[in-house]
Amino acid sequence: MRDSGVAMKIVVLIKQVPDTTEVRIDPETNTLIREGVPSIINPFDTYAIEEALRLRERAGEGEVVVMSMGPPQVETALREALALGVDSAFLLTDRAFAGADTWATSMTLAAGIRKLGDVDVVLCGKQAIDGDTAQVGPGVACLLDIPQVAYVRKIDVDGGEALAERMMDDGYDIVRAKLPCLFTVVKEINEPRLPSLKGKMKARKAEITMWGAADLDVDPAQIGLDGSPTRVIRIFSPEQRSAGEMLEGEPDETVPALVSRILPVLKGEA
Amino acid sequence: MSSIEVIDERCVGCELCIKACLYDAIEMRDGIAVIKDNCTLCGACVDACKFDAIILRTEHREVDAGDGEHRGVWIIAEQRGGELHGVSYELLGKGRELADELGVPLSAVLLGSGVEPLARNLVERGADVVHVVDDPALEHYADEPYSNAIADLVEKGHPEIVLTGATSIGRSLIPRVAVQIRTGLTADCTGLAIDDDERCLLQTRPAFGGNIMATIVCPNHRPQMATVRHKVMTSLEPEPGRVGRIVLETIEPGRLESRTEFVEFVKDLTQTVNIADADVIVSGGRGLGGPERFSMIEDLAGAVGGAVGASRAAVDAGWIPYSHQVGQTGKTVQPRLYIACGISGAVQHLAGMQSSKTIVAINKDADAPIFKHATYGIVGDLFEIVPALTKRLKAELS
Amino acid sequence: MSVFLTEEQQMLKELCAQIAREKILPIREALDESGEFPWEVVKVLAASDIYGVYIPEEYGGFGGGVTEMCIATEELSRVCGGITLAFAASALGAHPILLFGSDEQKKKYLTPIAAGEKLAAFALTEANAGSDAGAIETTALPDGDHYVLNGTKQWITNGGEAEVYTVVVRTKKGTGIRGISCLIVEKGTPGFDFGKKENKMGIRASTTRELVFQDCRVPKENLLGREGMGFLIAMRTFDMSRPGVAAQALGIAQGALDEAVKYAREREQFGQPIASFQGMQFMLADMATQIEAARALVYHAAAVVDSGEKNVSKISAMAKLFASDVAMRVTTDAVQVLGGYGYMKEYPVEKMMRDAKITQIYEGTNQIQRTIIASQVIKESAAKERRG
Repeated sequence: MRDSGVAMKIVVLIKQVPDTTEVRIDPETNTLIREGVPSIINPFDTYAIEEALRLRERAGEGEVVVMSMGPPQVETALREALALGVDSAFLLTDRAFAGADTWATSMTLAAGIRKLGDVDVVLCGKQAIDGDTAQVGPGVACLLDIPQVAYVRKIDVDGGEALAERMMDDGYDIVRAKLPCLFTVVKEINEPRLPSLKGKMKARKAEITMWGAADLDVDPAQIGLDGSPTRVIRIFSPEQRSAGEMLEGEPDETVPALVSRILPVLKGEA
Repeated sequence: MSSIEVIDERCVGCELCIKACLYDAIEMRDGIAVIKDNCTLCGACVDACKFDAIILRTEHREVDAGDGEHRGVWIIAEQRGGELHGVSYELLGKGRELADELGVPLSAVLLGSGVEPLARNLVERGADVVHVVDDPALEHYADEPYSNAIADLVEKGHPEIVLTGATSIGRSLIPRVAVQIRTGLTADCTGLAIDDDERCLLQTRPAFGGNIMATIVCPNHRPQMATVRHKVMTSLEPEPGRVGRIVLETIEPGRLESRTEFVEFVKDLTQTVNIADADVIVSGGRGLGGPERFSMIEDLAGAVGGAVGASRAAVDAGWIPYSHQVGQTGKTVQPRLYIACGISGAVQHLAGMQSSKTIVAINKDADAPIFKHATYGIVGDLFEIVPALTKRLKAELS
Repeated sequence: MSVFLTEEQQMLKELCAQIAREKILPIREALDESGEFPWEVVKVLAASDIYGVYIPEEYGGFGGGVTEMCIATEELSRVCGGITLAFAASALGAHPILLFGSDEQKKKYLTPIAAGEKLAAFALTEANAGSDAGAIETTALPDGDHYVLNGTKQWITNGGEAEVYTVVVRTKKGTGIRGISCLIVEKGTPGFDFGKKENKMGIRASTTRELVFQDCRVPKENLLGREGMGFLIAMRTFDMSRPGVAAQALGIAQGALDEAVKYAREREQFGQPIASFQGMQFMLADMATQIEAARALVYHAAAVVDSGEKNVSKISAMAKLFASDVAMRVTTDAVQVLGGYGYMKEYPVEKMMRDAKITQIYEGTNQIQRTIIASQVIKESAAKERRG
């Protein structure tokens, strides 16, 4: 635990993902069309970056670090974060990290955060839009042996504590957490800023620290594909529903036709 | 370290591997496939190659699983304020099936304070054993005590499979458990089956925004853990008087300490909608054109006794709150009837509703992808069709 | 794009495109309807350092020139020419200070303008003085340490929303052009009021108002340059800002073309997309070529201005003349391509056509532009003869 007199250090974990909203299925081959799909910062992570910047602004001081695990091209995502006002960026990159499932990813990121040291707050987006697991945040928290609050829509930090609002289905819990703590955030938390010109210029020249497996204090058997307890054994296209029935004609024909078909469903007979 | 390589002599340059690669990690150089730095070793190309030209070498460690020591299927029940979440019964439904196939008992884990009476409900819905931890420290959900308690129970009971609901609580809780007991976890499974040869759990889930399905296994670690979303599996009918064993467990007090503290719950009326539970949903999308038009959707929903849903486009445009959003980043729903009005059917939306029993699509664009997934489709003007539909249904159902 | 951009200019272009797509696109239809001023967009542009793009670094700006101003204006105008004026018209209002201001004046006014904290506006036009700018009647007669302003300015873009006004006034009665000066007047100065907001055909998200001066006392230190320089200041200001208007027209035209091509590819009649019909293809080809020519001229003019060349009136006027005529033609054709749908407010092209029209009129009508160009062309010919 750090003295409250020392400025806060916030780490934001981000992931570069393909923009799955742009991904299309080739109707003939039923495979993904990957060309021209841009790589973006995972949208939920942009909210995490914004919250980190706001925490720093509200405190009047503090350091915001962004960290990611991935191949060298993830550098572009880190520079985007730097352009928003993040202070420094770290890329955990090594062939040995490839193929990691959420366990091995959590292992690697936790090792990266440990090497940074003196971290007060860890922020993540609630889930990545390619994996959709929402597992890495809590996994990292557990490995760092720090508490966590997930699905947070508001964070207030005061001294060595934070007050967070955790979203539930029908409202929200107010939770008090001792720092250091990890939070995963939802879109309701803020409205991310756009980069500034000055920020982009600075980011272009900024230095990004790269750490490989040798730089981290991590068991080589617990990273990458070899360190992944889960393994993908098959990938296939989702089952296409067999073609449905198109109702043709003017509304005075199609509406009755539709009604006669869905009435049994509504009445629970179908 | 694992590695992947292309056997140049076998590669014919058909580029099937490139098409299969989700990460744009393969390119052709001089007619031969070359795998780039950003390969994630997922193996999709290995499957796609008809010429066995790609080899993925993985290092197999000695199995410490399927060793006869891990037995049993467990589900983690969820309760809040003394009420069991519906997903708990659905997990029991699927768990029963898996347990029967493996020939092992089905157990449930129940945590909370003053929740012992709920154990009965779990037995009636299929649990052979219920491990109950009833402790004031567990009155309100907190990640550390809950995950510690489950981890301790799992270490003690060594099940081979643990299923949890992919709810807000579940998704925050169970990754912490998986990491503590050092095993694999697969999220949001839509399919669970047993591979008899390996005695392992085949976990199938959507990925890439629902664009593809992946089957995952956890070969070398136990228990195999998976989460399942609400309304994906089916619960069994309750069997009053069913016999089951209720075990009151104790957890070492130090493990129930928490560095987070529940202060209070604030009910948010703007978010009381939980469309995930609705049997009939009428959704509006971009085609509505504006927030006022949602009243038309509300009328139709009212006529059929259903809930109002929305596509991400409508929510992002601020026409309706996020709690109504159906889709990959919204809610997953599985109603008997889903009526999509002015929704194009982007994959992200489909990911949230394609398991609906009957899907009706109304859209002015005949090429809208949603029509490929709809049971019944009408191409036409929303503003003519929906009110007419509402009127007729009101008449027929009254 | 036919223009070769530096890495920094490319960054600026991408950032403006992002702002246009994420912040302007969702609200352009509503603001065109309501005529409300786009303060939310102003905040975003300010936070992203766009307001200072053409202002020197010592005042907190980006240190770019007219080229950078054009890049930003074009990119934003592709999505909405009206909302873009919240930026572009402020640039117009700031240029007199940029070109002729003393160090104190530049420091005092350009700093908040560059930060987007204060908007600027340029006030020249009056009811009786449009093209005939020399005929202005608003007086600013000296009285001790002040000038006392009386008169009305008409059709001032950003009028009422801006804080800093560069106003062209008559400081000496009855002496024609030589009696005209330029003063900086701040909003809130007693005797400085605003008239009603105009209800316009296009660029409706831009606010156009009358400025009313009644015994408005303005300190003498707010005089730009010297007395009698007013007309010169106005003309030099227009030389710098005309490529900006041209860029606005260019952006509107490009936005219209993009919509037209997209529609032509999707719309099917007679069993095929209308983009497969030669008549349609010829229209699109002509639209695209005109835009490309306009683009080349606009950025050439901007480069000439930025190079420090002294006499840029001709090239500036040419860019504005050509690009605005292209915009009017292209947007009209875009409506035609979309046919009945093009005429409906639900689709964006009719707004683009309404927005384009003003670019042929303001900052000097295209008739005035032709006068300027002709007079330069004739002068050059005469000068060549004299040199032998």
